[in-house]
Parts: sequence; C-alpha cells; structure tokens
Amino acid sequence: MQFSDIFMITSSPLVSSIIWVIVVPVVLYLARTPAHRAIQAFSRVMHNAMRLSANSVLIAEKKLMERNKEVLLAAGRIDSGRIIEREFDRVDATVRKDLAEYPSLQRKLSEEIEQIDEDYSQSTEVPPQPPGWVKAVEAVANIEVNKGDPTIGNILEDIYESLKKASANALKEYRHSSHERHKSLNRMMPHWRKLSSTLTQVDKNVNSLLERSKVIDRHMEDYEQILKQTDRATRMLSSSSLTQFFISAFVLAIAVGGAMINFNLIALPMSEMVGAKSQILGYPTSEVAALVIILVEVSLGLFMMESMRITRLFPVIGALNDKMRIRMLWITFGFLFALASVESGLAYMREILAQQNYEVTASLIASEGTVVIDTSMRWITTAAQMGMGFILPFALVFVAIPLESFIHSLRTVLGVLGVATLRLGFLSLRFIGDASRFLGRGFIHVYDLVIFAPLWVEKVILDKKHASKSGTDYDSGSIST
Amino acid sequence: MKTQNLLALVFILIIAALLSSCSRSEAARDHGVYMLLDTSGTYTNELKQAQRIINYTLAELKPGDTFAIARIDTGSFSEKDIIYKQTFDSRPSMTNQQKRLFRDVVGKFVNKVKPSSYTDITGGMLQAIEYLNEAGPGKKTILIFSDLKEELKKNYVRDIPLQLDGHNVIAVNVTKLRSDNVDPREYMDRLENWRAKVEQGGGTWKVINDLERLEPIFN
Repeated sequence: MQFSDIFMITSSPLVSSIIWVIVVPVVLYLARTPAHRAIQAFSRVMHNAMRLSANSVLIAEKKLMERNKEVLLAAGRIDSGRIIEREFDRVDATVRKDLAEYPSLQRKLSEEIEQIDEDYSQSTEVPPQPPGWVKAVEAVANIEVNKGDPTIGNILEDIYESLKKASANALKEYRHSSHERHKSLNRMMPHWRKLSSTLTQVDKNVNSLLERSKVIDRHMEDYEQILKQTDRATRMLSSSSLTQFFISAFVLAIAVGGAMINFNLIALPMSEMVGAKSQILGYPTSEVAALVIILVEVSLGLFMMESMRITRLFPVIGALNDKMRIRMLWITFGFLFALASVESGLAYMREILAQQNYEVTASLIASEGTVVIDTSMRWITTAAQMGMGFILPFALVFVAIPLESFIHSLRTVLGVLGVATLRLGFLSLRFIGDASRFLGRGFIHVYDLVIFAPLWVEKVILDKKHASKSGTDYDSGSIST
Repeated sequence: MKTQNLLALVFILIIAALLSSCSRSEAARDHGVYMLLDTSGTYTNELKQAQRIINYTLAELKPGDTFAIARIDTGSFSEKDIIYKQTFDSRPSMTNQQKRLFRDVVGKFVNKVKPSSYTDITGGMLQAIEYLNEAGPGKKTILIFSDLKEELKKNYVRDIPLQLDGHNVIAVNVTKLRSDNVDPREYMDRLENWRAKVEQGGGTWKVINDLERLEPIFN
C-alpha cells in the first residue's frame, strides 16, 4: 500500500486535498467529544484491568511465598531434627563407651592412689635417734681426774672408737634406708604415669562431650529458630538450600558425564547383540538398550542407598524391617555386580569390534600391499576399557546422594523462581496499566493536534464572545451605576 | 509423593540429556548406494580407480546399509548387469566379513572384465532407480563412474524421463575425451545435459573428479 493509495480518496488530487485538509478535520472536530470519551474509556478499562490482574498476581506471589516458607521450614525442621538426633546418638555412644567404665576407672584410680600413698609412706625419712651415750661422754668428761691418770683418756679413746664404729654403722644404715626410699619412690613412678594418663583420658572424654554439647546447643538454637518460623531461619534455610542445589547439580553433571562415557562404552557392542538397524521411537535399539542398562544400574544404586538408609527417597524401603533391608541390600548388590561384569564383557567386545572395524577400513583404504597393524599396545586399552566398564556402575551408585539433595533443593529453587516470575509479571502488568492511562491522555492530545485548525477557530470565536459579553456587562454595569 | 514426582522429573531430564547424545535419525538412518561402472572401450582402464572408490564406499557404509555395483555396457537395464549387491547385516562383525567378501568379488570382476561396445548410462540409471526404490533405504545415492559419453545401440529407446525424487546422483571421475580437448564445450555441454536431466527428474547432481577427496559422496 503506497502513500498515493491512501491520499487519493478521489481521482482528483485537488478534491482529495480539500477532503484531507478541510473535511476530515471538521468531521474529527465534530466527533471530538465522543472520541475523547472513547479514548478515555478505553485507557481506563486497560488501566483497571491491568491493575486488577497485577493485584491478583501479587496475591498469588504472596501465597507462593508463604507456601515456600512453609515447605522450607518443614524440610528444615526434619533435617535439623535428624542432625540433632544423630548428635545425641554420638553423645550416647561416647557416654556408653567411655564413661560406662567410670566405676572401674574410679577403682583403678583409688588403687593407684593407695599404692602411691603406701610407697610414699615407705619413702618417709625417719630421723635418727640422737645417741644416748653422748651424755655418757659428757659425764665421763666431767669426772675429776688426777694428773697422770690415763683412765679417762682410755675411756675417751674407747668411746671415740665406738663413735667411729657407730658413725660408720649409722652411715651404712642411712645409705641402706635411702636406697630403700629411692626404690619406693621409683616404684611410685609408673603409678604416677598411669594415673596421669588415666586422668588425661578422662579429661579428653569430658572435653569431647563438652564439644558435642556445644554443637548440640548450636543445632538446638537453629531448631528453635525454625520452630518459631523466624525470618532468620527462613533466610538461613533458603541460602543453605540454594547452595545444596548448585553443589548437587554440579556433582550430578559430573555423574551424567560418567554415565555418557559408560553409555558410549557399551552402545557399540549392544549393536552386535540387538542389531544396528532396528529402532525404538526413532532411536537405534542398541543405544536404547545401553541407556536402559545404565538407568537400571542407577536405580539399583538408589535402592542400595535406600537399604543402607543413607538416602531417604523411598519411605517404603526405609520402613522395612532390618532383616528385609539387609536382604534387599545383598540382592541389589548382586544384580549390580552381575551388570558390572556384563559391562566389562561388553567393553571387551567393543574393543574387539573397534579393532575389526579398523582392520577392515585399513585394508579397504590402504594402497597395494598388506596392511600391518601394530597390536602390541592393544592390551592396555582393552584392560582400561574393561576396568572402566566394571567400575563405572559402582561409581554410579553414589549418584543417589547428590540426587537426593538435588531433588530436595529443587523445590526451593522452583519456588524462588516462581516468586521471581510472579513479581516480574506483577511489575509488567502495573507498567502496562499505567502506560495505557498515560497513552490515553497522549492520544487525546494527538487527536486535538490533528484538529488544531477548527479548535483555533473555536477559540477565536469564543474569545470574541467573551470579549463582547464582558463589554456589554461593563456598559450595563456603568449604566446601572 | 512430591519427592517422587520430582524424582521422576529429574530422571526424565537425565534420560533426555543422555538421549541427546545419541545419534538421532531422520526418517531412516540407512544409506543405499548403487554404483554404475562404465566398462566401455578404453574407459575399462580406469577401473582400478573405481576400486578405490568402491573400497572407500565400503569403509564408510554402516550395518544395515545397501551397496550394489552394476556395469554399464550395451544394454544396462538388466539385473544381469549387477556385478554384486549386498544389504549389510545389522551386526557389525558380520558387516565386516561381508565387506571383505564384497571387495574380493569386485577385485575378481575388475581383473577379468571385457570392454563393451556401447554405453547405456540411462538404462543403468533406470535399473539403479528401480533397485533403490525396492530396497527402500533412507538415503539413496547413485554413483556413476563414467565419462558420461552415452552411445546407444540401434533401436534402444532411452528417451525416458528419469524419476529421481529423493536420489542423489554423483558422477565420479568424468574423464575428458580427446574431442573434449579439441572443443571443451562438448565436455561442458555433456555435463550440463546430464545435470539438467537429473534435476528435471527431481534429483540432486554433483561431480567429483578429485579422487583424493571423496568425502562429498557421504556429506
């Protein structure tokens, strides 16, 4: 459609111009009031509709936020309760293991102390009795002596000799008793050491209990916050959940990579078993079969983890009695072992097939002469592939752990995304509503702009009327006065 | 219950991720190749080159694919002109054995082939179309190993439009004749005529003269 098609209402350009310049503005001027009303009504309808929708979206957002908070706190309560339960179990184990032996420990300590006390008593030094004959020497020395009488001297000489002997005996006795004392003290040493180590052990046990009690206090505080449904608890759980989501997503991505390697390892040999031509839902049957094997291994891993109560994705398995769970554990392990062995065999077959393909291709593409293919290093790749085929299924068992975290945290992430989407929707609707109101006003002004000529004429006429009216009023006012 | 729903959703995502690494096909994955070998006159000397192309094609074909070799001689619209044909087994190990046998049969043929007097390319193409339509592979390729100089025996009617919908026609090793060297327009007209004939029939046309680069056959 060209401009001339729009402009040329009639075949004559002059008539078309007259219509555009005069007739159309006049018609628009005449329709001004209803047109203004129509524009205002439409913009008001749009504004109100958008505002209403925005309010509905806001209400939905608030409900979703409340629901998210409920779910988050419920999950946090369960997890927190589980952690506290585990900590109490640990404390119980510690008390049973270490402090249950406290009576015997106390008896041991008492015996050691008693032994030490005995040895200490034996090692006490008994001060020697002062010799009684010292007084005798004094008495003899005080006897009055005649000159030239050697009796006193002889007596004193004898006493001196006796003293010497007694001194030697006393020294000997002293040495002997010292030796005995040292022996007793020496016997005390191991008891001291034993006592010291026992007390150190007790101290360690008590300290570990104190540490655990601090940890329990911290967890209890968090638990109380969750029960009170405080904002702090919500923020903490939300942040923890998002962190868990990203970490578990990262680990799952690695696991999916491992699964892809596993898949590529067994897809080719599966084509030897089920044929390379047939298809299921547009995918080669061999690849679907390989995928099924891997998924079965992942499922078996899940069941194993559930049986060991490491994960809790299936309450039914957790609720089984212990005997049944252990039986289930061994059965799933058996299947997994069988599948891992099968995969190892398939990996070996893959190597053979790849080698055959290579030989055929080389013999077809090579120029004249026989093709010599070096297979001396082949055993390395074969062994590596077989090893990978056997180990990867067991490695995939542990996918259950990040999978559980991912699923639990996915709800939180979806909730947050939902809230964000609703908030965005609310803002968009408000914006559109307000914009439509202002656009309505704008259109009214544009409409008046198009019919500016008749409006100008109207204004001139009205001004003249006002002027003549005010002139008449002035004249009648001056007449009356 | 919601945990199980989320678990199911996650499993579906994992399956989708793994399936996306699978090689997804269009309607069908298999490939059918029908090769026409020109055994007329002096072109018989080029058959050693044809063996290279055949070996390359054998190396590229997968289990389930179809390969047939036929000669272009005086009257090529006949099953008797098919030297050897094979739809490869779906098992890779069997496919490898079949490829070896195919190569050996072609080798024997090349060693004892006698040149023919005339060149009926159109008859060969008609036979190729019939064979490939019957085999029904997903992708159909007709390789023409010839200088494209058609010489029909008297009374042979080959003025028949070719129904080449869905077929890829590739002319390989289109050697230039002595007369082409005198007037290159003959060579260009010959190629142009065949191109027009093939495209009128609904097929695609390609010429490969560089035997070191045969990848376009399978691209």
